[in-house]
Amino acid sequence: MPDENKILTVSASPHVKSKDSTQRIMLDVVIALIPAGLAGCFIFGGKALLVIGLCVFFSVLFEYLSRKIMKRSNTLGDLSAVVTGLLLAYNIPVLDVAKFDGKTWKATVMTVFLCLIGSFFAIVVTKQFFGGLGQNFANPAIVGRIVLLVSFPSAMTAFTVPKAAVDAVTSATPLGVLSDASLFDRAGDIGAQLTQLSGDGYLPDLFSMFIGVKGGCIGEVSGLLILLGGFYLLMRGVISPAIPVSFIGTVSVFMLIAGKGNLPFVAYELLGGGLLLGAIFMATDYTTSPITVKGKVIFGIGCGVICSVIRLFGSMAEGVSYAILLMNIACPLIEMLTKPRPFGVEKTKKSKKEGNAA
Amino acid sequence: MKSLSADAILKAVGRVRGGVMPAHNKLTAEMESVRIAPPERVVLPMQQHIGAPCMPTVKVGDTVSIGQVIGDTDKYVSAPIHASVSGKVVSVADVRLANGRMAPAVTIENDGEDRLFEGIAPPKVTNREELLQAVRASGLVGLGGAGFPTHVKLNFPADKNVDTLVVNAAECEPYITVDYRECMENAENILGGVYLLADLLQFKQVVICVEDNKPKAIEVLKSIADKDLHEGNKVRLMTLKSKYPQGAEKMMVLSATGRVVPAGKLPADAGCVVMNVGSVAFVNRYLTTGKPLTSRTVTVSGDCIKEPKNIRVPVGTSVHQIIDACGGFTKDPVKIIAGGPMMGTALIDTDVPLLKSNNAVLAFSESFCKPERDCIRCGRCHAACPMGLIPTQIENYVHLKDAEMLEKYGIGVCMECGSCSYACPSAKPLVQYMRLAKEIVKEAQTK
Repeated sequence: MPDENKILTVSASPHVKSKDSTQRIMLDVVIALIPAGLAGCFIFGGKALLVIGLCVFFSVLFEYLSRKIMKRSNTLGDLSAVVTGLLLAYNIPVLDVAKFDGKTWKATVMTVFLCLIGSFFAIVVTKQFFGGLGQNFANPAIVGRIVLLVSFPSAMTAFTVPKAAVDAVTSATPLGVLSDASLFDRAGDIGAQLTQLSGDGYLPDLFSMFIGVKGGCIGEVSGLLILLGGFYLLMRGVISPAIPVSFIGTVSVFMLIAGKGNLPFVAYELLGGGLLLGAIFMATDYTTSPITVKGKVIFGIGCGVICSVIRLFGSMAEGVSYAILLMNIACPLIEMLTKPRPFGVEKTKKSKKEGNAA
Repeated sequence: MKSLSADAILKAVGRVRGGVMPAHNKLTAEMESVRIAPPERVVLPMQQHIGAPCMPTVKVGDTVSIGQVIGDTDKYVSAPIHASVSGKVVSVADVRLANGRMAPAVTIENDGEDRLFEGIAPPKVTNREELLQAVRASGLVGLGGAGFPTHVKLNFPADKNVDTLVVNAAECEPYITVDYRECMENAENILGGVYLLADLLQFKQVVICVEDNKPKAIEVLKSIADKDLHEGNKVRLMTLKSKYPQGAEKMMVLSATGRVVPAGKLPADAGCVVMNVGSVAFVNRYLTTGKPLTSRTVTVSGDCIKEPKNIRVPVGTSVHQIIDACGGFTKDPVKIIAGGPMMGTALIDTDVPLLKSNNAVLAFSESFCKPERDCIRCGRCHAACPMGLIPTQIENYVHLKDAEMLEKYGIGVCMECGSCSYACPSAKPLVQYMRLAKEIVKEAQTK
C-alpha cells in the first residue's frame, strides 16, 4: 500500500498530453534549416559559416541579456532564438571583398556589424520589447533583415559570386539582372532574352538556379535543399502547406501573366531571391500568421500579391521580406475576419433566412 | 431486400473535424470481467446522475436487501438509488465524492447474505410509457460516463421527429475497455436491447458505431446488425476511424447520420438519441430479470496497478477496495483518476465510492503536469478542436474577462473533451481556461 502521507496530484483533465513541445518544434525547424545552410557554406565558403555562427551567437546572447535585464525567466531552452539567428543569417549575403576596396578586414568588420545590428533588432526590438515568444507583431528575422536592408543597402547587396559559377560576369543576383532595364525588357521576347543572358553569363542556367550556384543570401540560394527542409517540416506536422502553396502559387500566377506564359521566366522568379525560404520558413512563423486554414490562405495570397507587385513594378528587385512584413501586420485583421463558425452554430442571419426560404 | 446492406459495414457519413490520437493503451481489452469479493460496506451517494438529488428513503438501523430503493425523489430529471449489497444501514450522512464535493449518502454494512429484494420481478413492458417507467425504476443513467438519466433521454417529445437510435460503442478514451467487454460478453443483451428499443420507441433506423481498433467487437456487432429482425433492415453497423473524441455525443450523431446538432441543443434536436452500448444492454437485462442497476463493470488500469483488469463491482464500493482487488499498487501512485485519462477526475484520495457512471479507475506513477509555457500560436489547439473553436484566442479573452467576445468565439459549444490541452506543445491547461470562460459568461449573464 502507498504511504499514507503521500499526497496525490490533483489537476484538471486531460491527464495525458501529446509529446509535442515548443522545444521540439523549434528543433525541427533548426533541423529543416541545416541543409540549406550547409549549401550556403559549400557555395560561398567558410565566411558563410562565420555569418551563421555570429547571428546565432548574437541572437542567443541578446535573448539572454534582455530577459535578464527585464527580470524575466530564461527562455534559451525553447531554441526560438537559435531559429531567429539562423533565419537572419540566411538573409545576409557573404560580402564581396572586392566591394570593400579589396580589404578583407573591412568586409569582416562589416559582416560582424551586420550580424550584431540585425540580431539586436530581431531579438530585442521586435521580440522582447513586445513580450517575448508568441507576442511579436512581426517575424523577428524579417524585421532584422529589413533594418539591415534599408540601413546598409550597399553592403546588403554586395553579393559574392559563387566560386563554382565560373562563367559569371556579374555579381548581381538573377533577380537583379531580370529587373535591370538595360539587360532585360519584359516587353520583348522573353524566351530569347533569357537564353541570351544565360549564354552570356549574366544568368545561371536553371539547374544552377535550382541547386543554388548563384549570387544571393546565404540560405536562400539552394531551392532544392530549402524544399527538402520544407518537406521535412510538413512530414513532422510543424507547418501546414496552406501558406507556402498559396504564397508561391500566387507569385507563379503573377509571373506567368507578366512573362506572357514563358515558363523559364516563372522558374527564374520562383527560384531567384528569397521566395522559397520566405514562403516555407518565414511566412509560416506561427506567431505572425493566422491560425485558421482560411486565414492562412488569405495570408499567403496577400504575401504573393505584394511580393509580385514589388518585383514587377517596384524599384527593388526583391519584395519577399516586405510582403511578409506587411502581411504580418495585417494578420490580426485577417484573424478577425476569418473567425471560424463553431460546430452547430448557425450562419449569419442573412444566410439563415435564405436557408429557411429554400 | 435483406442482402442490400446486411453484410455492409458503413463508413461514417459525416467527418468529425480535428481530434487527437492519444495512445490507446487498452491493456485490459482481452481480460474477461470478473467479480470481486463483496465489499464490507458500500457508500451510496444520493446523487449519481445529472439532475435533482435523491432523498434517502431508509434510516440508520434499517435492514435492506440488494435492489431495494434507498433513495428517490419525485423530481423528473433524476434516477432512484438502489441498495447494492444486503445488510444494515449504518449511516445517512454527507461524504466526499470523487469531484471533491460533499453530498449526502447512505452507508450499508454488508451482511454477506447477498439477499435479493423480494419485490424484484421482470417488469411488464408493452408500450412506450411502460418502458419509460421501467427504465426510471431501474435507476439507469448513461453508463458511458456522463450519467444522464436514461428515461429522460428516451422521453423525447413527439414533435422532434426523432427517428434514429445511435448506439455508442466507440469507447475512444484510452485505457477503458468496459464497452468492449460488454460487446464480447453480453452480445445477446445488446442484441435484445437494440431491437427492443427500436420497436418500442419506433426508431426508423439504429446505427451502431464502433472504432476500427476493435476488430473483434466489430465482428460481434456486425452479427447483431445482420440479424435484421425487422423488415427493411433498420439496424446498421458503422466503423469509425479511431480517434478521440469520436465517441462524444454530437460527434456520434454527425458520424452516424451526417446531421449537425445545433449549438446549445440536444441530439434529439437532430432527430437522434445516443445511447452507450452498456446502457442498451442493461435495458434488456432489466426487462428480463427486473434487477436494478446495483453493480457495474469498471476498468482498473494504469502503470501502478499490479493486475490491471475489468471487474464487476457493486455500486458504492470504495476506490481503495477496487484497487486492492486488483492486487494493489506496484509503486506509489502520483495520480489516481476516476474515469478516463482525457475527461476523468483526479482523486484526492482513494476513500471515495464508485458511482454508477464511473467506468474506470486508473493509477499512474506520474502526474502528467508540465510547466505552462508561453503560447506560440501554433494553432494545434484549433486543429484539434472537434467543435472548431480557437482555444488560444478564448484564453486571451479569459485574461481580459471579456464575456461578449468569449460568446462570439463560441465558448458555449465547448464540451471540455480535452483535445486542445492534449495537443498544446506549451502544456497550457486550456480546458481549465475553457471552464473559466464559461464561468465568466455565466457571471455576465446573471448581472
